[in-house]
Amino acid sequence: MNTTTQATPAAPENYLSINNIEVIYDHVILVLKGVSLTVPKGKIVALLGANGAGKSTTLKAISNLLHAERGDVTKGSVEFKGTRVDQLTPNELVKRGVIQVMEGRHCFAHLSIEENLLTGAYTRGNSRAELKQNLEMVYHYFPRLKTRRTSQAGYTSGGEQQMCAIGRALMAKPEMILLDEPSMGLAPQIVEEIFEIVKDLNSRENVSFLLAEQNTMVALRYADLGYILENGRVVMEGDAKELASNEDVKEFYLGLSSAGRKSFKDVKHYRRRKRWLS
Amino acid sequence: MQFFFEVLIGGLLSGVMYSFVALGFVMIYKASGVFNFAQGAMVFFAALTFVGFQEMGAPFWLALILAFGAMVLLGIATERIVLRPLVNQPHITLFMATIGLTFFVEGLAQGIWGSTVRGLDLGIQDEPIEWIMDKAGILVSSFDLFAAGVAAALVTLLALFFQYTRVGRALRAVADDHQAALSIGIPLQNIWRIVWAVAGFVALVAGLLWGARNGVQFALTFTALKALPVLILGGFTSVPGAIVGGLIIGSTEKLAEVYLGGYVGGGIDSWFPYVMALAFLLIRPEGLFGEKHIDRV
Ligand SMILES: Nc1ncnc2c1ncn2[C@@H]1O[C@H](COP(=O)(O)OP(=O)(O)OP(=O)(O)O)[C@@H](O)[C@H]1O
Ligand SMILES: [Mg+2]
Repeated sequence: MNTTTQATPAAPENYLSINNIEVIYDHVILVLKGVSLTVPKGKIVALLGANGAGKSTTLKAISNLLHAERGDVTKGSVEFKGTRVDQLTPNELVKRGVIQVMEGRHCFAHLSIEENLLTGAYTRGNSRAELKQNLEMVYHYFPRLKTRRTSQAGYTSGGEQQMCAIGRALMAKPEMILLDEPSMGLAPQIVEEIFEIVKDLNSRENVSFLLAEQNTMVALRYADLGYILENGRVVMEGDAKELASNEDVKEFYLGLSSAGRKSFKDVKHYRRRKRWLS
Repeated sequence: MQFFFEVLIGGLLSGVMYSFVALGFVMIYKASGVFNFAQGAMVFFAALTFVGFQEMGAPFWLALILAFGAMVLLGIATERIVLRPLVNQPHITLFMATIGLTFFVEGLAQGIWGSTVRGLDLGIQDEPIEWIMDKAGILVSSFDLFAAGVAAALVTLLALFFQYTRVGRALRAVADDHQAALSIGIPLQNIWRIVWAVAGFVALVAGLLWGARNGVQFALTFTALKALPVLILGGFTSVPGAIVGGLIIGSTEKLAEVYLGGYVGGGIDSWFPYVMALAFLLIRPEGLFGEKHIDRV
């Protein structure tokens, strides 16, 4: 999985790190119960887990988008390149190189694809020439967007919208993209296409990714490292390949196992055991 | 027939005013989801401030710039003091807040500048243009023509701004999806301030044209309420809707007043637009140009 060749700086572990964060919505709903994770520079890290595990909440806690949803980080810290970023506005964070691609894509429906991409450069205040150059870079990775550049984003396909959302984030020239469920509602070959591009961006543009996915199998194939989240806690972490071949993961997240599919009761038992362990 | 055209042109001119007020509503509503009831009060405030500075001896351009500055300050203060603390509150709360703001702005304007009716002189003649009189036999005031020109210029300027500038694009992005705009680093509060400033500018232009025709007085705020039927007609989110809606309301109310007024005892231009808007609401609830909702997203 080691396609990245660039030399990592002295403390690669401290690139992006979340330390024991707790998130509460509406002052009462405790959703993250002490999540810690790190993204080393130049890596793709998958954040896995079932519906409602807290993947999106974790990403929004990093990008400071929780506030708009009446969520608060009540404990813990987030650091990027050695400095705390938890008190920054999304605007400041984007300027420092961390940007989120939200779940469900959220393209600007009434803007054309190209206008969508241009809004992504808002924080940079690029010159015309730079904008053009960045657009070409995005079109290079997403040739489909070029053919649809004048279409209203709201009328393009789900895959094109996902590409548009990623391309829009790229226009901000980020070092790190927080990508939430890129595979949501897309046909398998489109999912592959998008993950291939993510991998490409990772190795050629040096963009690190923290990738929230329900599609465990695909995500682990493209990721370097993985974390499994359950009920607001990290229950497993490790090398993506190892996770993918781990019997427990296979059984309960991929639905495959040597002994065939186990019953739901076993799953529950497993989960309870896992919770005790964590 | 000549008389018909004269009434029509007079109506279109008041329609332009309604359009401007409605335009302010639409911009703020689109960008921040706030139904700004205070837009009419802002028109009054703008006109009064302009006249006030003129009375203090400021020449036209200086008064214009100072009045615009006052509108920008008002917008920024509103965003900071009224809207920001209420962010994430239900729409109705924000709406109530703007009703409160309306009374405050009206009071503030009169508190600072007094409540006497003032004349406003833009230095434009309000006399029939002779060559139109000679050619077509219709009375068209040079002031009306000037107002139409200003209106067209302002609308063109706004359209270019929204379509082709970085900030204009960001404004449209925010109107489409707050969350997404926030996520890519567009600072919402800056955008809201800009929107309020632009709405303030539109209010200023409306206030000046209107004040020059009818004097700057409190009644301006009632006339500005005509923007409501315009919004129903044009749709709450449509800029062209606000413009066309204003022209339709303005012209039909005057025509109705002249041609139907006799049968119902006159004064119908005060309620006719509302009846028309209601009737229209039943046929096309999303308004004339109500923005098409894109379902795929
Ligand atoms: N704004 C909110 N207010 C209250 N509770 C919320 C809010 N957003 C999320 N939650 C709750 O927090 C929990 C975690 O949600 P989150 O969206 O982070 O899960 P997820 O892992 O991303 O799930 P999915 O795979 O469905 O996207 C869920 O139980 C959800 O109901
Ligand atoms: Mg999610």
